[in-house]
Amino acid sequence: MQNNSKSFDIQADKIKPPITSVGIIGWLKQNLFNGVFNSILTIVTLFFLWKVIPPLLQWIFIDSLWLTTSAECRSADGACWSIITQNYRFILFGFFPYESQWRPLSAIILLVFLLLISRNRKLWNKMLLYAWIAGLLCMAVLMKGGVLGLVSVESAQWGGLPLTFLLAVFGLTAAYPLGVLLALGRRSKMPVIRVLTIIYIETIRGVPLVSLLFMSAVVFPLFLPEGITVNKLLRAQMAIILFTAAYIAEVVRGGLQGIGSGQYEAAASLGLNYFQTMRLIILPQALKIVIPPSVSILISAFKDTSLVVIIGLYDILKTTQSVLANPLWMGFSTEAFLFLSLIYFICCYAMSNYSRQLEKELATK
Amino acid sequence: MPKDKSLSPTSQSENSIPFWHDPAKRAIVFQLVTFLVVALVSYYLFTNTVTNLKRQSIATGFHFLDKEAAFEIGESLISYSAANSYARALLAGMLNTLKVAFIGILLTILLGTIIGIARLSSNWLVSRLAAAYIEFFQDIPILLQLIFWYAVFYDSLPSPRQALEPFPGLFLCNRGLAFAIPVPHPAHFYMGIAFLIGCIGVLLLRSWAKKRQDLTGKIFPVFSSGVAILIGFPLAVWLGFGAPTAMSIPELSGFNFSGGMNVSPEFTALLLGLVLYTAAFVAEIVRAGIQAVSKGQTEAALSIGLKPWQTLNLVILPQSLRIIVPPLTSQMLNLTKNSTLAVAIGYPDFVSVANTTINQTGQAVEGIAMIMVVYLFFSLLTSAFMNWYNKKIALVER
Repeated sequence: MQNNSKSFDIQADKIKPPITSVGIIGWLKQNLFNGVFNSILTIVTLFFLWKVIPPLLQWIFIDSLWLTTSAECRSADGACWSIITQNYRFILFGFFPYESQWRPLSAIILLVFLLLISRNRKLWNKMLLYAWIAGLLCMAVLMKGGVLGLVSVESAQWGGLPLTFLLAVFGLTAAYPLGVLLALGRRSKMPVIRVLTIIYIETIRGVPLVSLLFMSAVVFPLFLPEGITVNKLLRAQMAIILFTAAYIAEVVRGGLQGIGSGQYEAAASLGLNYFQTMRLIILPQALKIVIPPSVSILISAFKDTSLVVIIGLYDILKTTQSVLANPLWMGFSTEAFLFLSLIYFICCYAMSNYSRQLEKELATK
Repeated sequence: MPKDKSLSPTSQSENSIPFWHDPAKRAIVFQLVTFLVVALVSYYLFTNTVTNLKRQSIATGFHFLDKEAAFEIGESLISYSAANSYARALLAGMLNTLKVAFIGILLTILLGTIIGIARLSSNWLVSRLAAAYIEFFQDIPILLQLIFWYAVFYDSLPSPRQALEPFPGLFLCNRGLAFAIPVPHPAHFYMGIAFLIGCIGVLLLRSWAKKRQDLTGKIFPVFSSGVAILIGFPLAVWLGFGAPTAMSIPELSGFNFSGGMNVSPEFTALLLGLVLYTAAFVAEIVRAGIQAVSKGQTEAALSIGLKPWQTLNLVILPQSLRIIVPPLTSQMLNLTKNSTLAVAIGYPDFVSVANTTINQTGQAVEGIAMIMVVYLFFSLLTSAFMNWYNKKIALVER
């Protein structure tokens, strides 16, 4: 027994690879210096990084100021993060009454919490759906107020991050059912319905979101009879919903096309009618296929909410711009926009990571 | 009566089915109802709009197009002044959109391909950097990127007097970008013609070489000779004109640069934002396209004796292009649609000019309709191209 293991050890010693192909050196050789071209590429890249990264880090961390006035910032070399620390309440919450800003904050926390528990696919059941409905209602109450002793806050005063989240989440929730209906309409055998949905989907997908937002801002009020007005936020939200629904319709249509005709035939032979077939057989399968691309649509809807700046809504980009318009903080746009980029990056990165993870999970099943 | 019914069982079963149980009849009713609802809603909205316009005494129709625009446009490819009509202002805006879209698409494909290939590099550092680029630029809204680049111009860059000069002849300052260009010379015109003739020549050469290869099996070096023709022919013309080398170099005069080529900060910021953002998506498309062609294809091509460039040209590219081109076209369309965000940084593109027109004339319906029609036209054109291309390259299956 002992002999045996000893001989094994000796053999293992014999076939040990050369030192240059294992460990750090081996890794470096294989991944950075395999061949002349790659070696040159590595050296050039390293030189470039060495030129860029240290000064950048110095600017961001070492020379930077965090909790100062703007006057002190102007005489410093580094980044002026004070613009964020001094104005973060306005950037994040806009014109929401200062003493009530815990309300949008708790609305955001509630939303993030719901999103986090929704990550786990094992929890996807009716309870979660009710939790979402309750959560969204709760958020609406927190934002709007007027009940339970909360001071009522007009939607014109909503702003910053809650507005961005609100537009994206409500936009997608309302757009999804509409998108599914449009997708079913586009695959319908009835020519009138098919043509109408095709016209709608292709028109919306063919025009930029900006034109729809302009339309919601200036043309939509003309559509309504005299005396009836819809506030600007709701109009912008409608534009986003109508826009997103067309994209969702195309994604869902892709999923529907992936369902074999045998499924339809089997459902028909069981005597199910159209609505039963769709609700019980086709849509559950089709919607499962399109979960990953739906997350991508959520990401672009989230990014697209920044466009409401153009029609003058105070989302997080607009609040930042108004801070920068203040003569006190003028000129620190790089810092302010980097901070915003970080917020957007964290949100979108979390979502796209989740989408990739889902894709892996769903692919094996 | 009851007797008749029992005598003809077929007609009985047809008659006894109520129309709401007959799918064909039900479909007709359903479609009629849908159509009526859509028509009624449209009519309702239309009458509301007409009354509202009358009440606010806003003119309707496109007569405003002939009126004097009375606003300036920052930059334009055609001569334009505030005294020109709205129609000409909109045309100038449209050309500005086409300009940024055309240059943007060329640069995006170039940068996106480079990054996509870098992402697949066996060099760990390069591949990681490309991945970081793709993730970072995809995850930040394009509008934020545009506003950021524009802010870099007016906040961070120095005035023309202290302009940065990263390369000799290229100046960067808060008034935009200025770089040296050759002084206009008649030779340039003839060089352009020579290049066009060269292009036709290369096409002819290619078809001749293919015919000869089909007949005799001999391969003619089309690529190297083609490049030689395309470069050599204009070069010969240039030398024939005595090789004019005079350059117009930007020089500081007063508060700005004169001479050379001046590019406004708005245009530069818009182009930079659009290219950097879209290139991240194009890189992913290119990577996916290349990865989709299995390694066995390369190995098989090499094993039957094709040279590496032939493998790339005859085996890999035709297959990956089939995967790359459709999503690539839609990204190009996205770039064109995203160029409407120029309105946020003050570049006078079509939407920006149309927006000013709406504000001045109050004719929002017509203005928005024009914007939609123009972009819809681009998008239908693109999908027509895509359908044609898909048909052309579709796999011919046995």
